[in-house]
Amino acid sequence: MVPVLLILIPLITGAALFLIRQETTAKALALFASLLSLAVMLAGMSIWKDAAHLTFNEPWLNALHSRFHFELDGMSQLLCLLTTFSFPLIIYGTWNNSYEDTNRFFGLLLLSQAGLLGVFMAMDALLFYFFWELALIPLYFLCSRWGGEKRIAVTFKFFIYTFLGSLLMLIGLIMLYYKAGNSFEWADFINLKLSFREQVPIFFLLFIAFAIKMPLFPFHTWQPDTYEQSPNAVTMVLSAIMAKMGIFGLLRWLVPVVPIVSFQWGDNFATLAVISMLYASFVALQQDDLKRLVAYSSIAHIGLMILAVFAPSTAGVQGVMIQMFNHGVNILGMWLVVNAIEQKLGTRKISELGGLAQKAPVLTVLLVIVALANIAMPLTNAFIGEFMMFNGVLGSTATKFGVAYAAAGGLTIILSAVYTLRMIQRVFYGNTNSRTEHAKEISTNVQVVLAIIVVAIVLVGIYPKPLLSLTSDVTNQVISRINLK
Amino acid sequence: MNNIIDYVWLVPLFPLVGFLLNGLLRNSLSKPLTGIIGSGSILASFVVSVLIFMQVKTGATGIVTLFDFISYDKTNIPFAFQVDQLSSLFLLIITGIGFLIHLYSTAYMHDETDMHFARYFAYLNLFVFSMLLLVLGANYVIMFIGWEGVGLCSYLLIGYWFKNIEYTSAAKKAFVMNRIGDLGFLLAVFWILSKLGTVTYSEVFEKVNLLSANDITIITLLLFVGATGKSAQIPLYTWLPDAMAGPTPVSALIHAATMVTAGIYMIARSNILYTMAPTTQAVVTIIGLATALFAATIALKQNDIKKVLAYSTVSQLGYMFLGLGVGAFTGAVFHVMTHAFFKALLFLGAGSVIHAMHHEQDIRNMGGLKKYLPITHITFLLGCLAIAGIPPFSGFFSKDEILAAAYAKNPILYVLGVAGALMTAFYMFRLYAMTFLGKFRGTHEQEHHLHESPAAMTIPLIVLAALSVVGGLVGIPEVLAHNAHALEEFLAPVFAKSTALAKPHEIPHSTELLMMGGVTALVLGIIAYAWGKFSKYEKSAEESAGFGKVLENKWYVDEIYEAVITKPVNAFGKLLAKVDKYGIDWVVNGVGRSVQYASRQVRLLQSGQVGNYVLLMVVGIIILFAIQIFLKK
Amino acid sequence: MPINYYIFTALALFSIGIIGVLTRRNAIIIFMCIELMLNAVNLLLVAFSKMQLEDMNRGILKIANNGTDAQLFVFFIMVVAAAEVTVGLAIIVMMYRNTHSVDVNFLNRLKN
Repeated sequence: MVPVLLILIPLITGAALFLIRQETTAKALALFASLLSLAVMLAGMSIWKDAAHLTFNEPWLNALHSRFHFELDGMSQLLCLLTTFSFPLIIYGTWNNSYEDTNRFFGLLLLSQAGLLGVFMAMDALLFYFFWELALIPLYFLCSRWGGEKRIAVTFKFFIYTFLGSLLMLIGLIMLYYKAGNSFEWADFINLKLSFREQVPIFFLLFIAFAIKMPLFPFHTWQPDTYEQSPNAVTMVLSAIMAKMGIFGLLRWLVPVVPIVSFQWGDNFATLAVISMLYASFVALQQDDLKRLVAYSSIAHIGLMILAVFAPSTAGVQGVMIQMFNHGVNILGMWLVVNAIEQKLGTRKISELGGLAQKAPVLTVLLVIVALANIAMPLTNAFIGEFMMFNGVLGSTATKFGVAYAAAGGLTIILSAVYTLRMIQRVFYGNTNSRTEHAKEISTNVQVVLAIIVVAIVLVGIYPKPLLSLTSDVTNQVISRINLK
Repeated sequence: MNNIIDYVWLVPLFPLVGFLLNGLLRNSLSKPLTGIIGSGSILASFVVSVLIFMQVKTGATGIVTLFDFISYDKTNIPFAFQVDQLSSLFLLIITGIGFLIHLYSTAYMHDETDMHFARYFAYLNLFVFSMLLLVLGANYVIMFIGWEGVGLCSYLLIGYWFKNIEYTSAAKKAFVMNRIGDLGFLLAVFWILSKLGTVTYSEVFEKVNLLSANDITIITLLLFVGATGKSAQIPLYTWLPDAMAGPTPVSALIHAATMVTAGIYMIARSNILYTMAPTTQAVVTIIGLATALFAATIALKQNDIKKVLAYSTVSQLGYMFLGLGVGAFTGAVFHVMTHAFFKALLFLGAGSVIHAMHHEQDIRNMGGLKKYLPITHITFLLGCLAIAGIPPFSGFFSKDEILAAAYAKNPILYVLGVAGALMTAFYMFRLYAMTFLGKFRGTHEQEHHLHESPAAMTIPLIVLAALSVVGGLVGIPEVLAHNAHALEEFLAPVFAKSTALAKPHEIPHSTELLMMGGVTALVLGIIAYAWGKFSKYEKSAEESAGFGKVLENKWYVDEIYEAVITKPVNAFGKLLAKVDKYGIDWVVNGVGRSVQYASRQVRLLQSGQVGNYVLLMVVGIIILFAIQIFLKK
Repeated sequence: MPINYYIFTALALFSIGIIGVLTRRNAIIIFMCIELMLNAVNLLLVAFSKMQLEDMNRGILKIANNGTDAQLFVFFIMVVAAAEVTVGLAIIVMMYRNTHSVDVNFLNRLKN
């Protein structure tokens, strides 16, 4: 019941919004719907947490033996919580942004929420693919209609790039469908006993789709452009939630399904992930646009998660799950700050800013905390995740190079401090210039939203146990698949 | 309250509450209230610390687990505090000196606006909180929380005057350099965790025999990398002199008395690991001694009152590492304690001078302050005597203990150590003489405004001066009085395993007495020389040349780092940004371009002639038939 | 009558249709040739249907639907063809109005 509600609330509201012309009503309805799905999600995690409420399994396309099968296990719960938690914050945090056709903007936004939630809950491969695309298409329209100057070319690239991946994934899923005896069930997929040779093509077909989505070097070039050109609310959805679809895909549809390839070739992809981390960190050092800076830092952080998946251990994999949630929350905070600065001052260029700390002390404090979380300061949420991931990578029995990976990846800890602090220094410290002279404090709604994020950051950072116990079962499931040579 | 140790969580709680109150209500609190909250919370912690110390003195120790912090699979890292001799001693130092410096700050920072005043105290309280976590943690992860936390507070406080972009750069430098060390620390923690499955001290030290010699060497080296970052040792020391950009009480608290000694605390805590890793001990010894000498040479030629003290701190930290390296753990901790007294005193005295001189820090523009600042003068002089190692001031005992241990290990270490001690005496009395003796060299306006600081500033000076004078008496060496080393006795349980493992060499009492006397005589000679030379100092325009210039420019280390690390890293980043844009993205776009090109070619087939289409269609059908017939046989 | 006769007749009709479409340029003639091809197929369908029914009557073949499927198809094709005629003729009329010609090669502006 919970999965159905989670899908239907944004889906119906999203569709209904196309009919409501009145701007404020549309916004309010969107906010209400997102809050409602958050409430349902929380209820699902506290009151209705028995299996009957958290699964939904009805026939869908009988001819293809595909079923409407949703399940909220630990990892799904965490990601659905992230999604339902983020959307109200995004909508309320960007409340003062004005769009043409507000109702359509929010309608599409909610449709993408339905898609995202579906992706995280689907236990049927065809259903997974269906929602995967459902999440993508509204975002395409959002970027191409409300984006920046170069939006057409950039969103076209984004769409084609990710769609290419999706199609490859579809082929891979269909191959699995036949191998599994005409079944799209996840449970049937993971019970397959495929040989190494059979797994190789499937691995690549699925991996490329996920690698593009996450994104992993060298498939990342769509991402900074798209983040830069998208309207801020969409950028938030893209990086806080959508990027997690790729990692989620790895953990649910790739590693457990084709464990032998993932295990035997893990070193290649772990190396690629380390390169991705270092590469993105170095590039981030040289960015002048706030959005591109955050975009590259996001690639670096995602790289660490990929590393922990391909140099696996219990600690590492569980760290990835925790970190998916944490990274989503943190990066959302970063984007909100960027949005506030852009709305107030009309620029995102670091070189044009300065001295904001004198003008907007509250924003500065909140940003510094979010930025500290972004560089994995202890007692913030990201520390827990990164600690477990690095620890897992270094202690991984699946690879001989765990120490090297951890040490090389560890360099990004230093680099992230460099570029984050440099950004803080140039934007907030020093003297004001002609542009920032008349800057004002951020509006109350952004303060509230950032404060909520900060509370979440610190709370998880100090007491991560609920998240850890939520994910331990799924972790063991994934790990048991990998050790099964 | 039958056992105060169970309430140890109160100690960090008070500063945390102080931080939250001052931080959240900074717009509405008045300055006196802020000061009371800030200092009061530390005082409360100090009281609890004293009670705990009394308890520990009777032999009681304990581990207090608050909650599970990170637990997964079979690993459990609890949020737990460990109260034993070592941590209770550090509690006293941190909260005691911390309180004095908070008190001092209420007067020193009085010119700030309400909001920034509260921000300052919030940071300071947060620092004390982090530092307390660092020493109280019962495992390496909790220590790491405090470890990074103090780094963060150091960053915030160095960049406290954030309008000045140079100060914020110094803050950034401090944070990044600390982070380099932190990475080493973190890797060591992961290493321990992956080998032993636990990071709790008691369990790690219990299971230490399960580790191979290689593992121990790697772990201790990595931990030491962390220590070089936090405790400003070669090669990561350059941030500490720059950190003087922060307010002077901050320099006293963080960059002299407490935070920078975190590395020493950590190694003293892990003493058993280090005792079992002779290679690492050699490395620690060499780095410590090298830093002690290197920083001392730089301090000889500095003219900024705080910079001299900063390099002196780096140098003294080097001594502590020398002590750790030669196995004199008690000596190192002893020196941490005495150094905390006299270096905090010196910094606060410097702050008092700077306060009186209206933020003038160049000692060439001072001189003759003796008559204007009597209390500051006397206390500063006592501090100088203590750091120079004149008996019976505190620095003598602690430094002597380290040097004696170094002699037992290798006389060369001893000789070099003494050379450093002589340099220390020289630059400290150069500083003292140029500041307080001679005649005033500043502007008339400055002279007109010269005044002794208010009581809130002088009381801490007096207290610290008293401690600097008598603080050494807790560790009187065996050679002077039998069984009078109270500190060694107190800390013995912490270092018991190491002592059992590495029997310290005994030096004949006569040799030790001879060395003591000799060194003291040499130091006195140097002091007399410096006193005589610099009390008659005249400002001159001539620039120092040759070697003096190299020292004045700190051996050009900053410039070398800039050229060898910062610039290449930035250039590499620029290169990769180009590669990203014109390399990888070009390939991606190239795929799109080639598809478009291909479609332009294929488009020629679409002639628009209906007949052509039909013909193609018929041909196509015939081909399909042909395939059907000939291939499907 | 043997089935071959029907097949050959239909084949002849279909070939005439194809050649007509390929060689003629008058849109109306092309249109008629298309109809010719459709009817060739219809003829074939009806013929096969008849043959199938006979085979069933003799008991050689067993099919549930009495061989009426093909005849149903014929009706479909006739309906579709009728619809096509209406649309197609309308297009030709429009084309004539615009170009005053029913020559298909005249209408090659799709190019470029």
